[in-house]
Amino acid sequence: MTADTLTAGGDAAGNALESSYLNSGSGVLSWLFTLDHKRIGVMYLVAITASFLLGGIFALLVRTELWSTGQTIMTADAYNKMFTLHGAVMIFLFIIPGIPAALGNFVLPLMLGAKDVALPRMNLTSFWFWIIGASFALVSIVIGAVDTGWTFYTPYSTTTGTAVISITMGVFILGFSSIFTGLNFIVTIHKMRPEGMTWFKMPLFLWGLYSTAIIQVLATPVLGITLLLLIAERVLGVGIFDPALGGDPVLFQHFFWFYSHPAVYIMILPAMGVISELVSVFSGKHIFGYRFIAWSSIAIALLSFLVWGHHMFTSGQSGITNMIFSALTFSVAIPSAVKVFNWLATMYKGSIRLATPMLYVLSFLFLFAIGGLTGLFLGALSTDIHLHDTYFVVAHFHYVMFGGTVIAFLGGLHYWWPKMFGRMYSERWGQVSALLIFVGFNLTFFTQFVMGSHGMPRRYYNYVEEFTSLHRASTVGSYVLGFGFLIMAIYLFHSLFRGKPAPANPWGSATLEWETTSPPQAHNFDHELLAGDPYDLDALELDPAIDGWVRRDPRSIILAEGGGR
Amino acid sequence: MGAHHHGDGHDPNLAHHFESADQQYQSAKLGMWVFLMTEILFFGGLFVAYTVYRVNHPEVFVYGAHFLDRGLGALNTVVLILSSFTIAWAVRAAQLKQISLLRWLILATMACAFAFMGVKAVEYNSKWKHGLLWAAKYSHHVEEADHDRPTAATDPAVSPDADPNRSAIPPAAEGPAGLAKPAGETDDTVAEVEPENAKVFFSIYFLMTGLHGIHVLAGIGAMIWLLKCLARGDFDGGHFTKVDMVALYWHVVDLVWIYLFLLLYLID
Repeated sequence: MTADTLTAGGDAAGNALESSYLNSGSGVLSWLFTLDHKRIGVMYLVAITASFLLGGIFALLVRTELWSTGQTIMTADAYNKMFTLHGAVMIFLFIIPGIPAALGNFVLPLMLGAKDVALPRMNLTSFWFWIIGASFALVSIVIGAVDTGWTFYTPYSTTTGTAVISITMGVFILGFSSIFTGLNFIVTIHKMRPEGMTWFKMPLFLWGLYSTAIIQVLATPVLGITLLLLIAERVLGVGIFDPALGGDPVLFQHFFWFYSHPAVYIMILPAMGVISELVSVFSGKHIFGYRFIAWSSIAIALLSFLVWGHHMFTSGQSGITNMIFSALTFSVAIPSAVKVFNWLATMYKGSIRLATPMLYVLSFLFLFAIGGLTGLFLGALSTDIHLHDTYFVVAHFHYVMFGGTVIAFLGGLHYWWPKMFGRMYSERWGQVSALLIFVGFNLTFFTQFVMGSHGMPRRYYNYVEEFTSLHRASTVGSYVLGFGFLIMAIYLFHSLFRGKPAPANPWGSATLEWETTSPPQAHNFDHELLAGDPYDLDALELDPAIDGWVRRDPRSIILAEGGGR
Repeated sequence: MGAHHHGDGHDPNLAHHFESADQQYQSAKLGMWVFLMTEILFFGGLFVAYTVYRVNHPEVFVYGAHFLDRGLGALNTVVLILSSFTIAWAVRAAQLKQISLLRWLILATMACAFAFMGVKAVEYNSKWKHGLLWAAKYSHHVEEADHDRPTAATDPAVSPDADPNRSAIPPAAEGPAGLAKPAGETDDTVAEVEPENAKVFFSIYFLMTGLHGIHVLAGIGAMIWLLKCLARGDFDGGHFTKVDMVALYWHVVDLVWIYLFLLLYLID
C-alpha cells in the first residue's frame, strides 16, 4: 500500500519519479515477499513506527493515570498491564529492531556500494518473524494482557494469571528476527565490502551496526532459552526457577540480564553510529578520532557482557560479586565518553548547519550525557541502594534510551528520509518538532530524576500527595512530547506527497549511499564503486542548480562502468 | 527482487548480488558458523541451569542418573558419531560430484537420525511408564519394582568411599536429605532414600534431551531438503555448499549429544 501511495504521489507532484525501488513492482505482494533490502527496510520502518505509536499511547495512558493520587482513569490492575505493555512493546517491538532493521537494512548495502545484503532471504524471514512475534504479543493484549513488567521476573511471572505465555512466545520469536538481522549484517560487512573499503575505511554507522550484530547473535539466544524455560516452568512445572522444588528464581534474573543488559547496547550502539555520521556531515568536517570511535563500539559490545549483575545489586548476590560488577560497570563509561568527546571535537571549529538532523545530534549529546552520567550514580553500590527501583532508574533509562536511541533514530530518519523516499520534508516544521520533543522530553523525565531521588518508587499506581506537582509536570511534558510527534507525523506524511524532490546528495555527505539517485533504483547503483575516505567532505561541492551536492571529480569513486557487481 | 539483469552467461547458481561463487560460498559459510554460535549459546543457557542446579543439589543428579539406561545412551552416541561420519563423507562426495554415493550417504545419515529418535522413544516410553517425568508430572514411587533401578552394591552414591577414583561430585551425605545412609544397605532400603526434589533431575533431562531431539528432527528435515535439491540436480556441477552447511549443523547436533550423554548418563 505504501508503494501505491508513493508512486501516486510522484505523479501528483507533476514529476513522475524515475524508475526506483519504490515503483519497480506494484501491489502489496510485491512488497510482502520482496527480497530487496530497501523495501524490507521500509516495511520494518512502517512496522516499528506503528509499534512506537502503540507503545506511546500506553505511555500517555500511564502518565494520565498518574495525574492525581488514587484512581484517575483506570484501575490498579489495568495500570499494571499498561506499564508492562508500554515497556514490552517499546523494547521488543520498537527499539531493538528500530535502527538496525529499519535504517540499517536500508542503508547498510548502499554504504557498501552493494546490491543487497549477503542473505536476502534470511532478511525477509527476519521481517516475517517480526510480524509473527508481534502478532503473539498483540494476542496477549487481547486475551488479558500481562502485568509482570517487561522483565517477566519469576516467581511472579510463573504464578500470575495473565497472558505470560503468549507474550513470551512472541518475544522468543522476535528474538529470532533480531538474530537473523545481526547474522546477516555480520556476513555482509565481512564479505561484501567494496574495493578500497578496508575495515578502517568503513563509515562509522557500519561499525555501530557490526558491534550491535555481535551482541545480537551472542546474547539473544540466551534470552530465547530463558523464555523457553519460563514457558516450560508455567506449562510443565519443571522447577528450575521454583524455590519449592529447590530451584532459584534469582537464576531467572541472571539469565534475563545476561541478555537484557547487552540488549540496551543493541539499542544504543547503532544510535551512536548514526550520530557519528551526522555530526561529521553537519559540522562540515572530517570525523575526529575515527579509530577511537570505531574501537569504542567494539569495546562497548564486549564490556556489555560483563556488567549484567548491576541490575541485581539488591537481589542478595554476594558483596564481592556486587563490587566486581560495579567496577566493570564504571568501565563502560570510558568508551562511551571517548565517543562523546570525539563528537564534540568534530564539531569544534566546524561550520555547523542547524538542519533538523543536527538538532537531533545536539539533543542526543545533551541528553545522552545526562543519561550516561546518572548511570554512574546507579552503578555505585551505596547510591544504588538508595536509588534502586525508584523513578531515578526510570529517568536514567529514558534519558539513555529515548534521549539517546530514539533521538538518534529520529536524526537518522530525517537524514536518510530524502534518500528513502526521494522527497524533502519541511525544514521549518522539522525544527519546531525537534524543539518540542526536546522540551517535552526534559519536562517528562527530569522531574522523574527529582522524584526518584526523593524516594518515589517505580511502577507504583499511587503516590503521596507531596509528589503531585512533579507528577503533573511530568504528565504535561509527556503531552508536549506527544504533540511534537504528531507534528512530525503530519509533515513527514505530507512530504511523501508534496515534498520537494530530493537531489541525490542533499547534505553533502561523502558515504556511498549518496552516490545513487534518491530514491535509489532497484539494483542500487549504475556503476561499481571504489570506496575512499567516507568523511572526505572536501571532495564535494554544492551545485545550486540542483540544490544538492556533487563530487568535484565524479570519476574518483567509479571503479568500473556499468553494473558489474 | 527487482534486479534480474544478470550479465550474459551468468551462473544460475550465483545470486545476483554476489560477484563470485567464492564470495557466495564464503558468505554462506560465515553465516552458518555464526548461526551455530547462536545454537551453542542457546543450549548454553540449559547447561548453565544444569550446572546451577547440580551445584546446589548434587544428590539429585547422583540419584536420578541411575534411572537412565547407559546402554541405550551409549548406543545413541555411537549412532550419532556414525552419522557425523556419513555426512562428512557426503560433503566429500558432493565435492567430487559422486551423486549416487551422495544420495546413499544422505540416506544413511537420515537412517542414523531415525535410529537415534527410535532409541530415544524407547527411553522416553520407559520413563513414562515409571512416572519418571518432569517435576509437575512426576509420579515415581520407590516402592514399585523397578527393573532399571540400580542395585545398592554398585551405587557409590550411598558408599562414597567405595571407589577412590569416583568423580568430584561431593558425597551424597552433604545433600539436604535422604542419602546420608551408611554404606552396605540392602537393595530394598536404597529404594527408600530418594532425595528431595529428585524429580527436577527429570525436568532437566527432558528439557535438554527434548530440545536436542527437536534439533535432530530439524536435521532430518534439512536432509530431506538435500535429497530434494539432489533430485533437482543442484549438486551436479559440484556445488556442495548446501551439503556442507547441513553437515556443519549436524556435527553440532552430534556434539551437543556427546555432552548430554556425559552430563546426564555418566554421573558416577
